Amino acid sequence: MVETPKLEQKVRSEQARAVARLLRNPGLVTGAILILMTLLVALLAPFISRDPLFQDLSVRVQAPSSVHILGTDQLGRDVWARVAHGARISLWVGFAVTALSLGVGTFIGLMAGSFGKGIDNALMRLTDIFLAFPSLILAMAIAAALGSSVGNTILAVAVVSWPSYARLVRAQVLVLREREFVEAATALGSSRLRIALQHLLPNVLTPILIQASFDIGQAILIAAGLSFIGVGVQPPTPEWGAMVSETRNFISSAPWASSAPALAILFTVLGFNLLGDGLRDVLDPRARK
Amino acid sequence: MLYPLEARNPEVTREVNIVWTYLLKRLGFVIFVVWGVTLATFFIAQVVPGDPALSALGDNAREEQILEWRELKGLNEPVIVQYGIYFRGLLSGDLGTSLRTGRPIVQDLKDFFPGTLELALTSVIFAIVFGVPAGILAALYKDRWPDLLVRLLALLGGATPIYWLAILLLELLNNRLGWLPGPGRLDAYLIPPRAVTGMVGLDSLLARDFEVFVDSFRHLILPAIVLGAFNAALLARMTRSALLEVLGQDYVRTAKAKGVRSSTLIFRHALRNAALPILTVLGGLLGGLLSGAVLTETIFSWPGIGRYATQAATSLDFPAIMGVTLLAGLATSLINLGVDLLYAAADPRISYG
Repeated sequence: MVETPKLEQKVRSEQARAVARLLRNPGLVTGAILILMTLLVALLAPFISRDPLFQDLSVRVQAPSSVHILGTDQLGRDVWARVAHGARISLWVGFAVTALSLGVGTFIGLMAGSFGKGIDNALMRLTDIFLAFPSLILAMAIAAALGSSVGNTILAVAVVSWPSYARLVRAQVLVLREREFVEAATALGSSRLRIALQHLLPNVLTPILIQASFDIGQAILIAAGLSFIGVGVQPPTPEWGAMVSETRNFISSAPWASSAPALAILFTVLGFNLLGDGLRDVLDPRARK
Repeated sequence: MLYPLEARNPEVTREVNIVWTYLLKRLGFVIFVVWGVTLATFFIAQVVPGDPALSALGDNAREEQILEWRELKGLNEPVIVQYGIYFRGLLSGDLGTSLRTGRPIVQDLKDFFPGTLELALTSVIFAIVFGVPAGILAALYKDRWPDLLVRLLALLGGATPIYWLAILLLELLNNRLGWLPGPGRLDAYLIPPRAVTGMVGLDSLLARDFEVFVDSFRHLILPAIVLGAFNAALLARMTRSALLEVLGQDYVRTAKAKGVRSSTLIFRHALRNAALPILTVLGGLLGGLLSGAVLTETIFSWPGIGRYATQAATSLDFPAIMGVTLLAGLATSLINLGVDLLYAAADPRISYG
């Protein structure tokens, strides 16, 4: 009983040190700031900008000014309003795709690693088949088949994103299950399912978290690509990729109209990539030098 | 060819057998994945809403026409039989007819594939020519400005929507400065060379038509840069880290202590050992090229598989989309096989187990 406070203290100082290490990583901090800014803009969009669909043809292709801080597009819509509302869609797509593919992929990876060779083989060959497709092309086929909407875009991108989690988790499980704590759990009579969920899962969370950080950015990039081509979210919905596509012919007269959403994609994806890099540096002991 | 060796040296025979077993295993794996790819495309085609008979015959089709068409295409059979029909068609090279072009899809793919191949190969060459030296520079000047620049470009390259890069480059180099031609494969007044390989650049060389060759090359520059930019950045990053890892090792320090010049050190010792990780990255890049080609070709009106796919997808030409998806899956599997084999050939430490 006397030991406990000391242990707690030790754990707390460990945590404090980990947080300090996170904060000392400049890339990670930059990434987190970029993401927080996007998140804030997305949350506050209705309060800090106008109606993204409102057209005023009398103010077509106007350069940035105090009234329209990012100018207007060819239909006289406020570019800032569209970019700000677009953040809601892109972040939602990024998080939803990642949650979906992370859930499915982690489950499949855990099962493959935990339940013997037959199940392992079947699941991993399934994963191989999905990995054989170039992601954008498969997503395109699925999005076109399902019809264009935000929900279907999420589904299409998730279908091409889950295999990386399955592989990652399985590889981790194969290493972990040789460890003593798993042996101990087995000896105590825990079922395989229980071991997988209670003992293995918590131990694979760190690499999953790192992967997820990269994947949110990638999902945003792929989804915007789909919309740019015309099989994702459809205009006039303020989606970043669709906005670049809609305004690309006005690049000479209104470069801001296509550059603003493109830069929004760039900074958001950059944010998640930096966060992923930083998390890997700090949390993955093998990558830490 | 291998038998004379066998007679002489049992060690070599065993090696050779192991290699052959590995090759066969890999080949079996590829065949399995390709079969899975056909299964996947078939099932995606199943979820397509709407009646394929109506989309093939048009909305004004009569009832008996539709029934006849369904019977003809085996659509009244159970799904598993339908898959059998689909698969048998694939084996005989029948991917169906494109609803948009009205031509056999295999023919469309054959016509458009060389264009994509030409673009992809050029972009890979671009990525290697710029990415690898940039990575070497970054490693040599670690934490100084060449290194920081390469790292910054790699970061930006990984986050930039390539279609926006394409739009900007077109606006700057074509529209404003007029240095390079706009979208398209050739200037309109030029007559394309007789198709031998289907690659316009190569065909014009074969036909000794240098005017067309120069023009086709000028049209190739921008799309190849756009498609290769991200890969160049990634390659630079990988070259840098692979080289830094090798440079930290004992034998390099020994060589340095013995007074080996740093250029010799890099090119003779370090780079050779850094080649494998670079090769791995390169393999990964090739698979991503087809995805990139979709966006690049769409913007540059490039006559390739990518633009064909976009046009098929936006006009809901499902047989064509499935054809492209199948081809893409097939191509990626074969590329991965090739990279694996190259990798195994390059590194004696790889076990063929």
